[in-house]
Amino acid sequence: MSDLEYRKVSSIHGALMFLKGVKDIAYGDRVVIRDRQGQKRNGQVIRSSADVVLVQVFEGTNNLDLENTWVRFLDEPFELSLSPDMLGRNFNGIGDPRDGRPPIISNVRHNVNGLPVNPVARSYPREFIQTGISTIDGLNSLVRGQKLPIFSGSGLPHNRLVAQIVRQAKLPGDVSNFVIVFAAMGVSYSDARFFEEEFESSGVLQNVVMFMNLANDPPMERLILPRTALTAAEYLAYEQDHHVLVVITDMTNYAEALREIATEKGDVPSRKGYPGYLYSDLAEIYERAGRLHDRHGSITMIPVLSMPSDDITHPIPDLTGYITEGQIVLSRELHSKSVYPPVNVPPSLSRLMKDGIGKDDTREDHARVASQLYAAYSRAMDSRNLASIIGAEELSSGDRRYLEFADRFENDFVKQGSDDDRSVIETLDLAWELLSLLPPEVLSRVSEEDLQKYHSWDGS
Amino acid sequence: MGEVIEVNGPIVTIRHAGIRNGEQVRIGDLGLIAEVIHLREQNALVQVYESTESLRPGEQVTGLGHPLSVELGPGLLGQIFDGVQRPLQKIMQLSGENISRGLLVDALDREKKWHFVPDENLVVGYKLSAGEILGTVQETETIEHRILTPPDCVGEIIEHAPEGDYTVEEVIARVSNDSGSVFELKMYHKWPVRTPRPYHTRSNSIVPLITGQRILDTFFPLLKGGKAAVPGPFGAGKTMVQQQIARWANADIVLYVGCGERGNEMVDILQSFPELKDPYSGRSLMERTFLVANTSNMPVVAREASINVGVTMAEYYRDQGYDVVMVADSTSRWAEALREVAGRLGQMPVEEGYPAYLASRLAAFYERAGMVSTLSDKTGSVTLIGAVSPPGGDFSEPVTSHTKEIIRTFWALSKSLADARHYPSVSWLESFTSYDDRAAAWWSENISPQWANRREQALSLLSEADELERIVNLVGPEALSSSQRWVLESSGLIKEAVLQQSALDPVDSYCSPQKQFNLLELMLRYHDAGVELINLGVPVEQLIKLPYSAQLKRLKSAVSNDDLQDLEHLADRIRKKFDEMRAEYSKEKEVIL
Repeated sequence: MSDLEYRKVSSIHGALMFLKGVKDIAYGDRVVIRDRQGQKRNGQVIRSSADVVLVQVFEGTNNLDLENTWVRFLDEPFELSLSPDMLGRNFNGIGDPRDGRPPIISNVRHNVNGLPVNPVARSYPREFIQTGISTIDGLNSLVRGQKLPIFSGSGLPHNRLVAQIVRQAKLPGDVSNFVIVFAAMGVSYSDARFFEEEFESSGVLQNVVMFMNLANDPPMERLILPRTALTAAEYLAYEQDHHVLVVITDMTNYAEALREIATEKGDVPSRKGYPGYLYSDLAEIYERAGRLHDRHGSITMIPVLSMPSDDITHPIPDLTGYITEGQIVLSRELHSKSVYPPVNVPPSLSRLMKDGIGKDDTREDHARVASQLYAAYSRAMDSRNLASIIGAEELSSGDRRYLEFADRFENDFVKQGSDDDRSVIETLDLAWELLSLLPPEVLSRVSEEDLQKYHSWDGS
Repeated sequence: MGEVIEVNGPIVTIRHAGIRNGEQVRIGDLGLIAEVIHLREQNALVQVYESTESLRPGEQVTGLGHPLSVELGPGLLGQIFDGVQRPLQKIMQLSGENISRGLLVDALDREKKWHFVPDENLVVGYKLSAGEILGTVQETETIEHRILTPPDCVGEIIEHAPEGDYTVEEVIARVSNDSGSVFELKMYHKWPVRTPRPYHTRSNSIVPLITGQRILDTFFPLLKGGKAAVPGPFGAGKTMVQQQIARWANADIVLYVGCGERGNEMVDILQSFPELKDPYSGRSLMERTFLVANTSNMPVVAREASINVGVTMAEYYRDQGYDVVMVADSTSRWAEALREVAGRLGQMPVEEGYPAYLASRLAAFYERAGMVSTLSDKTGSVTLIGAVSPPGGDFSEPVTSHTKEIIRTFWALSKSLADARHYPSVSWLESFTSYDDRAAAWWSENISPQWANRREQALSLLSEADELERIVNLVGPEALSSSQRWVLESSGLIKEAVLQQSALDPVDSYCSPQKQFNLLELMLRYHDAGVELINLGVPVEQLIKLPYSAQLKRLKSAVSNDDLQDLEHLADRIRKKFDEMRAEYSKEKEVIL
C-alpha cells in the first residue's frame, strides 16, 4: 500500500483535501503529497470512509491542483525518529531539520500522539525548583514535573521572563541540569532569534532541542509541532533520564490554527468559534508533563500564551487554566510602571506548591508567609482604592502602612533584574522585611513562632 | 459480525445486522470498546471509548449483545477504575505506563478469595426476593460487603454454598423461579449503567452530611442523599473543596470520579488517602474510598460513560445500606463530552454548542441521588456533589445555570476570595441551600438549640458588612458610625476565624460540628459584647486596638477538636477585660447622670 500513489483528489479547500475512490485507508495515517513540481508536503488522514478520505495538509494546499497531485499513504501514524543527537539541533513541526544538517536516523521511532498515561503510573511532583524569581519561588513555586503556564499579553516581556527561568532553574543548592525542549509556534523571527542567542550566550545550546514554526511558516504545522516536541521530551526524560524543561510558545497561535481547521471541517463551534473539543485537545498536550514512577527523568512544562486583549476569560487562557497546575499572570499595569518581571500576583497560582515547600524543601514558614503576603497585598489594594477616592492624607495610619507595604512589595519583591538570581531563602527573608512594615496583630496567617523568629516590628 | 464503514474521530459508522441501540461492540483488529448510539437505516453509529487512530474501513465489528454494564461485587473499594470500569492498576501490569488500546480487563479480581458468610435466611426452600442479602464478605477492615441478589432475580433457593472462601466467579446459590428456570447466583452481578438501580421507596433525609468544613456544614449544609454543586472559575479551589469532602465526609463510602481532570489529582488522592485516617473509624481513608478516573488526556467518549459508571457503583453500595458520597469533578467536562458527540452526529446545537438534551441529562444524573429504603429494607443514600467549571467563571453559562435549577445546595466559589488566598473560597453571598430547615433540626438536637439563630446572625452580619464595604469604597470609613465600624470589624473576624479554613493545617483541616458551633458562637459573643460596650460609650477604636481579634483568629488551628474547653481560656480573658471596661464606662455614665 505504501508504494502506491493516488491521483484521486476530488476537491481542495483551505488545508483540507478530499480523495475519492481510495479504499480502506486508516484513520490518522500519515500522508505524503507530491505536487506538479515534485515538491513534497505532509498530511494526515482525519476522516476515512469506504470511498472518501479527508486529508489535512500541514503545509497548506496553495498551488495544488486536482490533476497533478499525487498522494501516498504511508500506512503508519505520525512518528518521530529519536536519538540523543537531537540535542543542539533545530527542527520544524514535523521533525525535519531546519538547520541544514542531516535528518535524525534512528531505530527508535515513537508515535507523536503518544498514548494516554495511566494515572496510576504517575508519581506526584514535589521537588522544588528554584527559579531565582521571588514571585515564583516565594509565592507560586514551581516543582519538577509541573505544568505552569505564563499568561501574557502582546508587548509584555514574557520572552525575557522565560529566558530567565530557563537560565536560572535548578534545585536549591544544585547546578542546573535541565535539558530544554523549545517549541515555538507562529513566533516572529526576532523572537526566535532572541531565544537562540539567549541559549547560545548562556552556554546551554548543546542541551536544547528546538522545534520551530515561525510566523510565516504554514499554520497547520502548528497542530503537530507541540506533539512532536513533547515526543522528543518524553524520549529524553523517560528513556535518556534527563530532567526536561519544555517551553512552548505561543499556545494562542496553536489554538487559532485548531480553530481554522475546525471551521474548515465544519465542526460545531462553541465559544468564540473555537471547537468544543479545544479543552481535550489542549489537555492532550499539557497532560504530557509530569513524573512517572520508576523513571528517573521528568517533564516540566512552561507554556506561554498571550491572552487576546488581555482577557483572562478568553477560551484559550480559560481552558488552559483548568488543565494546568496554576498560572503566572503578567500585568500590563506593572509593566507600564517598569516593574520587571510584571507578575500580577493575585491571579497567579501554583497548585503544586503545597507539596514542594516547607521544612524539608525550603523553609518551615514558607506556606504561611506566602499566604500572608497574598492576604496583605490584597488588603493593601483596598487601601489603594480608598486612597484614590478620599486621598492618601485622609487615610488612617493602618491604611497608610498598607500603602507603603504595597509600594515596597511591588518595587522590592516583585521587581528584580534579569540577572538577579535570588535564592529562596533570600526571597523569604525579603518577604519578612516587607511584613515587618505591618504590626503583628494584623498578621493572622503566620504563626506566633514565625512572628517571634522572623518578624521585627519596631512598634511605630 | 459486521464491518466498519467510516471513521470520524471517536464516532465510527458500522454495518452490523440486528445490532441494538445501546449495545456494546468491539471494533477492528484491536478490539476497541464502543457503544451504539444511533441507528440509521442499515448502518449504526457507535462512540468509541478509545482512540481510533489507524482504524480503517472494512475492519470487523462484533456486537456483544448487552449494554454498557458494570460488575458489582466485593473488591471495588480501594481501587481506581477508568471510565468504563477497567481497573487501572491491572492495566498498568498489562500495558505499562501508557494505556494501550483494546484491553479487556475484568473489573473484579477473578483469583481473589473472599470469606463468605451466608445469611441466616439462606436455606433451601426459602423464597428469595430481588435485592435481598445473601450473605456478607468483609471487604475491608471497615466495610462489610453485603452480597445482594440481583434486582432482577426472584425465586426459591434450591441449593447454596456453606460459609467459606470463594472467588467471585464461584456459584454461592442456585435459585429456581416460578417457571422453573434455574439461576446461578455468584458474589457479583452485572448492571447496565444507564438504568438506575431499583429500591423500595424514597425517604426524606434529615441527617446532614458533615464534611468538617465550617462554611459548608454550618452555613450551607447538605443532607445525606442530597445533591450539591460546586461551581467556580479555574484556580478558585474546586478540587481542594472536593478532596476535603472526600476526606472528611461522615459517609460510609466515598467515590471520587475524576472526569476530564488532571492525572496528578488522582495521584494525589491515591498517594495521600492511604496515609490519612478516617476521623470516624480511625482506619485508613482508602478503605472506604474508590475512584473512577477519566483524566483529561484519556478518550473523551469514556468521559461521558464515567459519570454513569460511577453513580451505578454508588447505588450498589447504597443498596447494601450504606451512605455513599459521590464527588464528580467535573460535570462540565462530562457535558462537553456530550457536546462533542452531539456535534459529530450533526445534532442541532442550542446554547454554546450544547445539544438540547443537556438539561434533561443533567437532571437525570442528579436524580439518582437520594436516601432510600432498599429492596433489602435497609436505609442507604447516595449524595451527589458535582463540580462545575464554567468557562470564564461565568455562572450564566448553560451547564452552571441548568445545574443550579436541579441541585439543592450551591457552593459558589469566588475568584476574588481565592486571589486573596481566602480558602475555601465559598462565597457567602452567592451560595445557597434549601436544606437549612432540616439541618437545623439536627444541629439543634445534637449540638445546640442556638444553632439556627447564631447562623442567621452571622449571615446577616456578613451581608450587612458587605453593604457597608460598598459605602466605604465610595466615601471612605469616616462616614460610618461606631457601631457600623464594629460590624465591619466583626465580619472580618468571622471571615478569618470561622469561614477561612486551611486544608493543609493538621488541626484545622477537619473541624468537628461542636467546634464549628463553639467557634462561631465565641466570635458572635465577642461581637455582641462589643456592641454593648459601644452603646455604653466605649470608642470603637479602643475595641479595635485590643489584641484579642488576632488571638481569636488563631484559635481554629490552635485548639483541636478534642480540647474545646481551651476556647474558654481566651473567652475568660476577654470577659475579664470587657467587664473592666464596662465597669469603667458605666461609672462614667453615672457621674454624668
